[in-house]
Amino acid sequence: MRVPLSWLKEYVDIDIPVVELAHKLTLAGLEVSDMQIMGGSWDRVFVAKILAVNPHPNADRLRLATVDLGDRQMTVVCGAPNLVVGDKVAFAMVGAKLIDGHTGKLEELKPAKIRGIVSEGMICSEKELGISDSHEGILVLDPKYEIGRPLADCLSDVVFEIEVTPNRADCLSVTGIAREIAALTGKNFKMPDLSYSEADEPVETKASVEILAPDSCHRYCATVIEGVKIGPSPKWMQDRLAVCGMRPISNIVDVTNYVMLELGQPLHSFDYKQIRGNKIIVRHAVEGETMYTLDETERKFSADILLIADAERPVAVAGIMGGLSSEVREYTTSILLESANFNQAIIHRGALNLKLSSEASARFEKGLNPELSLVAAKRATKLIAELAGGRVARGIIDVYPGRTEQKTVHIKAGDVKRLTGMDIRIERVEECMSALGFIYEKTGDETICVKRPWWRSDINCTADLVEEVARVTGYENIPTSMLSSSLPTGEGNRLPAFRQNLRESMVSLGFQEIITYPLTSIETLKKTSYSGELAVENPLRLENPMSRELEFLRTNIRMGVLSVMARNQRNREYNIRLFEIGKAFIPRQRDLPKENEVLCALIDSVVPQICWQTKAKVNDFYSAKGMVEALLARYGLCAEYKPSEDMSLNPSKCADILIDKVKIGVVGEVHPRVMANFDIEEPVFLFEIDLERLFSFSSKMIVYKPPSRYPGVIRDLALLVNEDIKYDSLLAIFKKFDLISEVRLFDLYVGEQIPAGKKSMAFRLTYQSYDHTLKDEEIEGVQKQILEVLYKETGAVLRS
Amino acid sequence: MLDQIEKIEADASAELRKITSLEELEAWRIRYLGRKSQLINILRSISGVPIEERKLVGSRANQLKNKLESDYSENKSRLEISATRSLEKQLIDVTLPGEPYQIGRLHPTTRTIKEICDIFISMGFQIAEGPDVEWEYYNFEALNMPSEHPARDAFATLWVDYKTPTGARPMLMRTHTSPVQIRTMEKNKPPIRIIAPGRVYRYEATDATHEWMFSQVEGLAVDRNVTMADLKGTLFEFVRRLFGKDRKCRFRCDYFPFVEPGVEIAVDCFMCGGSGCRLCGNSGWIEILGAGMVHPEVLRICGIDPDMYSGFAFGMGVERIPILRYGIDDIRHFYANDLRFLKQF
Repeated sequence: MRVPLSWLKEYVDIDIPVVELAHKLTLAGLEVSDMQIMGGSWDRVFVAKILAVNPHPNADRLRLATVDLGDRQMTVVCGAPNLVVGDKVAFAMVGAKLIDGHTGKLEELKPAKIRGIVSEGMICSEKELGISDSHEGILVLDPKYEIGRPLADCLSDVVFEIEVTPNRADCLSVTGIAREIAALTGKNFKMPDLSYSEADEPVETKASVEILAPDSCHRYCATVIEGVKIGPSPKWMQDRLAVCGMRPISNIVDVTNYVMLELGQPLHSFDYKQIRGNKIIVRHAVEGETMYTLDETERKFSADILLIADAERPVAVAGIMGGLSSEVREYTTSILLESANFNQAIIHRGALNLKLSSEASARFEKGLNPELSLVAAKRATKLIAELAGGRVARGIIDVYPGRTEQKTVHIKAGDVKRLTGMDIRIERVEECMSALGFIYEKTGDETICVKRPWWRSDINCTADLVEEVARVTGYENIPTSMLSSSLPTGEGNRLPAFRQNLRESMVSLGFQEIITYPLTSIETLKKTSYSGELAVENPLRLENPMSRELEFLRTNIRMGVLSVMARNQRNREYNIRLFEIGKAFIPRQRDLPKENEVLCALIDSVVPQICWQTKAKVNDFYSAKGMVEALLARYGLCAEYKPSEDMSLNPSKCADILIDKVKIGVVGEVHPRVMANFDIEEPVFLFEIDLERLFSFSSKMIVYKPPSRYPGVIRDLALLVNEDIKYDSLLAIFKKFDLISEVRLFDLYVGEQIPAGKKSMAFRLTYQSYDHTLKDEEIEGVQKQILEVLYKETGAVLRS
Repeated sequence: MLDQIEKIEADASAELRKITSLEELEAWRIRYLGRKSQLINILRSISGVPIEERKLVGSRANQLKNKLESDYSENKSRLEISATRSLEKQLIDVTLPGEPYQIGRLHPTTRTIKEICDIFISMGFQIAEGPDVEWEYYNFEALNMPSEHPARDAFATLWVDYKTPTGARPMLMRTHTSPVQIRTMEKNKPPIRIIAPGRVYRYEATDATHEWMFSQVEGLAVDRNVTMADLKGTLFEFVRRLFGKDRKCRFRCDYFPFVEPGVEIAVDCFMCGGSGCRLCGNSGWIEILGAGMVHPEVLRICGIDPDMYSGFAFGMGVERIPILRYGIDDIRHFYANDLRFLKQF
């Protein structure tokens, strides 16, 4: 909302600096986001009086004007047609910055010789001062301005740009803001004048109003003014409208707009003679009904659109836009003025439905009080009668089906203390209420009962009044304290802390965290599957997607991670390790989707030689598996790995990760077709872990084992094993022997010197006892037994 | 026996001349001065030597022992110096790069959320969470925003294509983290102190300052006698810890449908310090937090008696903080996941 200071001053005395005023308003909830000083650059422009006008000796169309500046007189050449001796004008001295009539740019005024006469200054037009585009003549000032005063002192104004919150529709008006200023600065608010004289004929003989949709139209006030003369509105009104961003049109339309800005009530003026049957009917549209609106567009209405109709046809879309047929034009002589109150939801939906929003609809949507309708009807009628002449029919048509009782709200001094911590006496609360113009009565020693004023629909409960007290007293006066209440009991949700810990663990393994969008396209979801099918049928779709790329809720998070891998590979990044902990959205019947939280990690394969000392390396399945093992080890977990199938992974290099036989995730090489889908060229390796399952295992108690006090003995064992024997089965055998505390496979070899169908596996075993130092013979004995079992169960033999 | 001593001396001197390292010198010391050496043996068995010879042998042996000991320390310092000299000759290029070590990083959003939550956790708040896909009830209605409420216009909503048997479409991508307030109050009795970080979504065209997905942190404290003074104290302390003690705070009235009275907290501009610049839109202030006392209607909806309990709630945007701190000029960097961006944090 744009409000000029000069306009505010009509309703409230303002004697504090504008910066302080803006600060007060901002702290009280009306944020002043900008202040524009109009005419601020009028340096070296003064009020002057024309003393004499004489012909120019060398030019017919130019004249010489002598002006009085108080301390001196000057004579300049002037071409304006409207030079009148005795008028006060704006006189610019050399050095003033003015808008050049030709270039439109700000230029410094220089002395000029015009047809042989030197001019040391200039009498300014509005255009040169940047006030308007008018340059037909010079600007004639109000005679009250003192000669010699800087023009800025007389004409400049400050325009506040105020952000009005949705609860304060009343402040979408100059009077609303003036009321706030009055309350915040301790001044009185002056209501605009509503009085006018009426003709004898009662308005009821001129027109009637019928509301057929009382739920949608709470009140309809109308006046009739006959014999008006349509013309431009006065300049002061046009100026104010222009500053507030409205285009002046005609005296009648300008008055309706002016009163809307002044009081906040949208109004509509009909050409009375075009209202057939002299009857206004407020009703919903008949499905398919049409009308031309003021913007000369034919509109077709559905049944939920509220219309203003006459006896025969629609004449306006209620609260949104008038109809073309009843528009006020230059030949209009009589006006029917509407000041009505419509249901905010009806207007909101109507404006959306018709894709048509106006200054009026925006105000109705915020919710206006029906009491305002009558006030605004009177004010606009007064101004029309004043500016366009005419006779006002006696009385006002006022159909008011939505009348409600005036609401009352109680407040105690203790309420203020309880909610704000401010120790305030009831007298101070009363002062605040009075400052706001609220009517109240004392209902007890410490309680008052406040009648909600009609302009404040937002006051509904005690907390609302407490806010008023706090605002008027100043939020800066609220004390500060720390919470003294008791702490919540219970351990709370521990998953967030675990998730954070998991993230840090991944970071310590060299992974970069990424965050991707949960919305995607069906095509992208299909890309994660080598068969091209959806892993989860019917993923949730948005009703109003922003684009096809962001239409569906993802059912896995790997698609995001794969896309990010591809994108960064294109940027020539290498040795990429990415992870995301995110949600997959699995649809459920008649419920919100299940939000499965998953850790997804992805590494690329080529680690080039980037250091003078270390060699290039190629990551493979086991690199990824090693990371999974390291990660799980941080939570004291050791998983089993079983060959598996996964829609995104190469079936020959893919394993389920199991803990206590429960699958918690998967690790493997991404399927070549999935790689191709994402434009990834070199193999990449992925692992995914279900967060909740990992969390449930990680929170198990760790079983502590004291370190042995006796030294461990290391023995290497090179075995020749059939190629189809899995590491797992050998490990299981070693683990049967209590004395073996650690098993490491340090070499695996297939090739020359190894018989076909065999592989060589070299183990480093650590023998250790908890109760004695091991002797060689004892170890030899155990090792012999191990070899026997190995041979019996797997056919493995010692490699000679 | 004296001959034996002479022989030891001759051998020791001859060997000493050939020694070039500290290790050899140590072996030499053990051989000639060690507990089992000939010379020490002689000294140890001096009492068995005939009395007339004892004095001479003793003095000669002691003399030799002193000589060998001084030879040892002389040679030791000589060899130590030369060892250091030879190390100096093996000077490496310490400016060569070290072996690269792969380090990971948290996403700047995660880091900021953690930083925010840690401050509140230290003030006794617990983390609470809610779903990203929410019911309209939790996102709007229970927060005192029935349908057609004008404040809903500020939340351009992404609706999920889901119809109830009655034809309503009540499922959406949450537009703020405030639904967690409702879910928490439904399930828990006061005292409540929670902090709820999470992702939120808006129907919004993206540009340098707008992103349709972003993060918020919500807070809620409900108990008897919780006041705006507590809100002010708690949030000022938070701002002080997050931004440092020199930052000025502005505490003003603002409107959110689910609080009353409502509050907005701003800090003086990072760039201009309050004089007004492009970053703060010439106001000198940067809005950081929306807050207020939980609306009595909201408490009532959650089954908490507003006459007995009161509470404050607050919410803040997360990405804004690193944007301000690091002068990030485009919010789209956050979720574009370009490593060249992410690696800087």
